[in-house]
Amino acid sequence: MSGLALTNVTKEFGSFTAVNNVGLNVPHGTFVCMLGPSGCGKTTLLRMIAGLDLPTSGSIRLDGEDITHVPTHKRNLGMVFQSLALFPHLTVGENIAYPLRIRSAPKEEQKKRVDELLSMIHLSGYADRPVSKLSGGQRQRVAIARALSISPKLFLLDEPLSALDAKLREAMQVELRQLQQKLGITTIVVTHDQREAMTMADTVVVMQGGEIRQAASPMEIYRKPADSFVADFIGQTNLLEAELDSTGRALVLGQPVEGIAFKAGMTKATLSVRPEDVHLTAPGARALAGTVTFVRDLGGTIETFVDVAGRQIIAVSTPRARPDVSVGQSVGVVLSPDVCVVLAR
Amino acid sequence: MRREAPQKIGDYAPLFFPATMLIVFFVVPFATMIAVSFFQRQQGGFYVPAFVLSNYERFLSLFFANVLGFSLMLAVVVAICCVVLALPFTYLLTRMKRKVQIVWLVALLSVLSLSEVIIGFAWSTLFSRTAGITNLLVMAGIMSEAKALLPSFGAVLTGMVYQAFPYTVLVLYPALVRLDPTLTEAARTLGASPVKAFFTVVVPALRNTIVATLIMVFIFALGSYLLPQLLGRPQHWTLSVLITDQAIYQSNMPFAAAMAVFLVLVTLGLVALTVMAGRKGEAA
Amino acid sequence: MTGMFRKLYFFLIGLFLALPMIVVAGVSVNEKQTLAFPPKGFSLSWYGEIFLNPEWRNALFASVTLAVLSAALAVAIALPLSWFLWRRVAPWANIFQLIGVAPFTLPPVITALGLLTFWATTGFYGQPWTAVISHAIFFVTLPLVTLSLGFTAIDRSLVEAAATMGADDRTIFRTVVLPLILPYIVSGYAFAFVLSLNEYIVAYMTVGFVMETLPIKIFNALRYGYTPTMASVTILFVATAAVIFSLVARFGDLPKLLGAMASDDK
Repeated sequence: MSGLALTNVTKEFGSFTAVNNVGLNVPHGTFVCMLGPSGCGKTTLLRMIAGLDLPTSGSIRLDGEDITHVPTHKRNLGMVFQSLALFPHLTVGENIAYPLRIRSAPKEEQKKRVDELLSMIHLSGYADRPVSKLSGGQRQRVAIARALSISPKLFLLDEPLSALDAKLREAMQVELRQLQQKLGITTIVVTHDQREAMTMADTVVVMQGGEIRQAASPMEIYRKPADSFVADFIGQTNLLEAELDSTGRALVLGQPVEGIAFKAGMTKATLSVRPEDVHLTAPGARALAGTVTFVRDLGGTIETFVDVAGRQIIAVSTPRARPDVSVGQSVGVVLSPDVCVVLAR
Repeated sequence: MRREAPQKIGDYAPLFFPATMLIVFFVVPFATMIAVSFFQRQQGGFYVPAFVLSNYERFLSLFFANVLGFSLMLAVVVAICCVVLALPFTYLLTRMKRKVQIVWLVALLSVLSLSEVIIGFAWSTLFSRTAGITNLLVMAGIMSEAKALLPSFGAVLTGMVYQAFPYTVLVLYPALVRLDPTLTEAARTLGASPVKAFFTVVVPALRNTIVATLIMVFIFALGSYLLPQLLGRPQHWTLSVLITDQAIYQSNMPFAAAMAVFLVLVTLGLVALTVMAGRKGEAA
Repeated sequence: MTGMFRKLYFFLIGLFLALPMIVVAGVSVNEKQTLAFPPKGFSLSWYGEIFLNPEWRNALFASVTLAVLSAALAVAIALPLSWFLWRRVAPWANIFQLIGVAPFTLPPVITALGLLTFWATTGFYGQPWTAVISHAIFFVTLPLVTLSLGFTAIDRSLVEAAATMGADDRTIFRTVVLPLILPYIVSGYAFAFVLSLNEYIVAYMTVGFVMETLPIKIFNALRYGYTPTMASVTILFVATAAVIFSLVARFGDLPKLLGAMASDDK
């Protein structure tokens, strides 16, 4: 199979299991974002793919070849570090040429390739500058160019944009995605920023506690989260307890809601409802009864906080569809079945 | 906390004791030594205040040229040996687990704190005929008969490298600990083997540290006053040994002081030269 | 492959560092007064000799007294100086930091000779207390460096917080600064103590003709022949240093302490 395949990869540090029995297939040319809270094992997984850490068990294959125990320097990959790790004693051009120099490429070829890459990252003419004289965004580009200078099979990035300010980061996300699509290179990015993951990835891999919780397209992750952790971690959501009563009717926060389909054998569940899918109406039989506790007007969106049986439900709407409510008012909360995701509890 | 300039005279109070001690017992003695170097020596080990240059004129002989040349050569060789041995060692040490590092650091500090007397005694035992390392080689059947390995230049060099090695490691340690580990990781992901990464990234990135360490170990080695005497022959004596010898056994204080002043000047001069050369190299 | 190579390299360095001590340890347990290795017979009597023979015992007593007092004096000089430099903006006062580091950086013979001429000129030459002051000045570098490092590690907002609660400068020093700096005082003292215990040239040039510290005693004994007591004293010294530095490592952060120590030397 062409691409990267992880099978049963486990990494233990003493008694601590950083990565637990992970399996993942990354087809050639795919852009994968590994997303999760700090300590979830995503960086360890990336380091194992790079060969900087060795798995305790399991195997890593690249284009069908087992590379689990191939030393890092023989894997022909490109990696961008969180610290960027630009060599302080080398100029911009020398940094980019480093992988070629290590492989004893002819001088003219090195120079040609450096010029090519510099123009690709819009830094032509910067070859002889010391890296310390560059701005944050420029160093970022140099680190990317250096990782791509041998046209690697695999492009790995560890929190590559975390040092940049918000505006520059968003611009770089778009640029990085466009570059990857142009080159068609298999890319894996580790990030804790879900906007970054949603912007760039073909596949988002959500990790927690050393395990993969879900690996799917950004839309699917958002619309069909596999469990309540994913639902809560990606975007904003309302997680509501639901159960079947003795007659087989679905109760949400103790109040009946029609049309919620439990999977066979389930009697208890958690519902995930995105705030933009929650609608407020006048109190009535087809809605949960609640009381408005707070209204947050953010200009572009309006968030209404509603207390239902002691739990807080957030509804988000646009200014045009602003609900006509005020704090203390009794309202009905409408949960339509097609937007409720039923998750195991 | 706002750090502020001292406002009233009382704010200087904490400085009083340390400043007095350092001035009276370091600056004044240093100046005394310089003064004594111009004094006139009298028979019987005494000297009288005067201003004569005869103590310095004694340097202008082939004998002292040889001693100075040998001292500098020895210190350079020791510095190079120590840095070559210690650089990869320290680099690998800083990449080890903390607990392992601490064990090595304790061992290195223990050796570093040993006085030259003890180091000299230990190596003279190790190189002796009756209790030396050659006995082990005889037992192993490699040598047929135990023999003394001292006095010799090799013994002096070994002893001094032994003395300066822990110092070298501890001077290199902070720079290597702070060296961003992702630099070598980056080099490896870019195709450099660990050895190649060491020579293409670690060594060049630390060029200034390495030069500074060479200078510091050089000065450290210049200060060795007993090992050349205990492990070598008279032709292996260095300036530090001669100073000790003149001050204590020949009781010629003015001449010892003149040599000490000369040693300070040579040391500072060489350091200045190296620093200047380093600056020029960087500018080019 | 590279792992094997690294292990061999570390083993050889370790052997180089340990070999003289192994041989000396072997020599120290010889039964008779011979310099032989491997040792002939086994006896710990040469360790007893350090405490039983009055000459060695006096030297041991002199060395320990000198180390205890001079290390204390070195800390007493270093503490107010480093506190002042941390507390106040007084760039010219940094000259004292420089003077404090100089004796340890220059070849030791120079400091020793300077002190010798000084004590001789002032007429105090040979008084035991001159050795205490001489060692304190010679080793003041060590507490000075550990304390400067310790002060930079103290968050200045703690001092501000104490001030908002009504503490004056003196109270702040006693209740906030001193407890936080204490580990650095202890390690600075420990470094100065161990090095003073081992020091030869300064002690020899200041009081060498009237009293014997252990290193002086070893050197004198070395000139008149050989006795295994030198070997047992050597092992005692190495063991003492190892124990003290292990304690510093146990109760303090040794890598951190050394991380800044040498960088301040530069």
